[in-house]
Amino acid sequence: MDFHLTREQEMVRKMYREFAETEVKPLAEEIDEEERFPMETVEKMAKLGMMGIYFPKKYGGAGGDVLSYAMCVEELSRVCGTTGVIVSAHTSLCCAPIYEHGTEEQKMKYLPDLLSGKKIGAFGLTEPGAGTDASGQQTTAVLDESGENYILNGTKCFITNGNVADTFVVFAMTDKSLGNHGISAFIVEKSFPGFSTGKHEKKMGIRGSSTCDLIFEDCIVPKENLLGKIGQGFKIAMMTLDGGRIGIAAQALGLGEGAINEAIKYTQERVQFKKRLSQFQNTQFQLADMHTRMQAAQYLVYAAAMKKELHEPYSMDAAMAKLFAAEAASDVTRRAVQLFGGYGYTREYPVERMMRDAKITEIYEGTSEVQRMVISSHLGVK
Amino acid sequence: MKIIVCVKQVPDTSGKVAVNPDGTLNRASMAAITNPDDLNAVEAALTLKEQTGAEVVIVSMGPPPAEAMLREVLARGADRAVLVSAREFGGSDTYATSQILASAINKIGVEKDDIVMCGRQAIDGDTAQVGPQIAEKLGLPQVSYAADIKKDGDTLTIKRMLEDGYMTIKVKTPCLVTCIKELNEPRYMSVGGIFECYEKPYEVFNYETLKDDPLIDATTIGLKGSPTNILTSFTPPQKGAGMMLEGADKATCEKLAGIMAAKHMI
Repeated sequence: MDFHLTREQEMVRKMYREFAETEVKPLAEEIDEEERFPMETVEKMAKLGMMGIYFPKKYGGAGGDVLSYAMCVEELSRVCGTTGVIVSAHTSLCCAPIYEHGTEEQKMKYLPDLLSGKKIGAFGLTEPGAGTDASGQQTTAVLDESGENYILNGTKCFITNGNVADTFVVFAMTDKSLGNHGISAFIVEKSFPGFSTGKHEKKMGIRGSSTCDLIFEDCIVPKENLLGKIGQGFKIAMMTLDGGRIGIAAQALGLGEGAINEAIKYTQERVQFKKRLSQFQNTQFQLADMHTRMQAAQYLVYAAAMKKELHEPYSMDAAMAKLFAAEAASDVTRRAVQLFGGYGYTREYPVERMMRDAKITEIYEGTSEVQRMVISSHLGVK
Repeated sequence: MKIIVCVKQVPDTSGKVAVNPDGTLNRASMAAITNPDDLNAVEAALTLKEQTGAEVVIVSMGPPPAEAMLREVLARGADRAVLVSAREFGGSDTYATSQILASAINKIGVEKDDIVMCGRQAIDGDTAQVGPQIAEKLGLPQVSYAADIKKDGDTLTIKRMLEDGYMTIKVKTPCLVTCIKELNEPRYMSVGGIFECYEKPYEVFNYETLKDDPLIDATTIGLKGSPTNILTSFTPPQKGAGMMLEGADKATCEKLAGIMAAKHMI
């Protein structure tokens, strides 16, 4: 087993880190404090190919691989969880399902603008009454009399990138009597009549990311915007979330690593009892445990990314990576705050933000409980 | 049209500088980076490429591991790279280095509308000699310390930054320009550029490749061909932190004059 990155992967990591330290880190505190979406950063990332990393150049992608994408989310999240999830939701939840399930016409129409970052993508599955139980979709899609358009009605909630996206992959019931098999997927443009977005959600963490409702009031969606076949929506949603979990696992990984980085710096400077905190065995053992957990998380995340790249089954790997990385990130960021003591609880240092940001990784794109359901079902445990 | 850019891999002196007991730089213990001013030259070339469609060729003299740096420059958008590398070239000072680089540039070929670009100076030697010496050896007009470059046909209008002001010069191609950090903000490598950089043309010029150039002669290259002798090298003592006085009022000026008078500066 080869644990080495390719020379190109080493290079992209170096580039991501330079970019994150220079362009992303200086904004992290401000966008959190002001709940401001960092559009200027997205424009810079777009120029560097970071909004379409693992897609073919034919569609405007950068021609990279899935691991290089995961590393991008990881490196951004080391300094800013918000910026990490912007790339993750755009890539995994909007670009990926269009690339994997779209017709050639749909790909040629939507991917070049999305992958070049001219447009931002989002994903609408969750509803007020359909969270973990995604099959309980209340949004409906009915073919109109002309047979040319679907008419969508309903509300989606907690949609990442919702207020800034131009292109959405949205799920709706086309036949309630069929349950999961009655759900279909659609590509919806912001400009479609009857589409609007709701108010910005005030969140605990990732406060610079846009999170809002998507509202469909007799929204007219041309029938050629059906993504995949009729009734395949639930399957497309689950496959998309498998990929999305690699992105969120990478976000959690970055948050944990970033917190360790900050804690190492701080404990080497802070003096109590005439000793640097780093000289206390408690600090050393804490940091050793924290690093070990994040290193284990990294192996899981990278393994899932490599399996996806090789088109091997990776659903369970992605679930394990997300479950472990998210719980590790929550634990590690909390311990980092503890090592900082009172200063860690203030907004003067980034670890309290990292702790708030980390919590969401245990919840969105499938809670930790859902990941356990996925893993146990792969084990055949019923 | 093509733009040939000379780049050098240097030890990163922005962190801790490691010095061997004999006073030479301990390169092995320091990270290798692309010389910062050279990245300004690369950026200037890439900007001109975007405006004119020029081909950007990167040249570096150094040991084989310098390939990694050249690939990074290709990942920023350069079209092809040449590494000049041979035992015979080792130990060269600025005179010998410029001799070898000039022969490599001759080999690549400088045509009427071409430009050669260099960084002002490398952060390891800080001589600022190699660029101007290459120009002399190639018989090209040179403009150093470029802080702004505009191209109109075969004429470059260059703003040179000097210690006490600016000088604007017009020069016709072919010419050599040395670039300073005020010229531009170097771009990052792009993801697409990185995944292409190992597929772009990459050549190594060794002694055999260049030996027929009249500039290449055992007496003008390598350690033997280097007239520079280093008698001693040392780390200069750190300067103390300066004192900043803020304010444009008379009291501040009087305070400044008082301090300068006390130090017998005025």
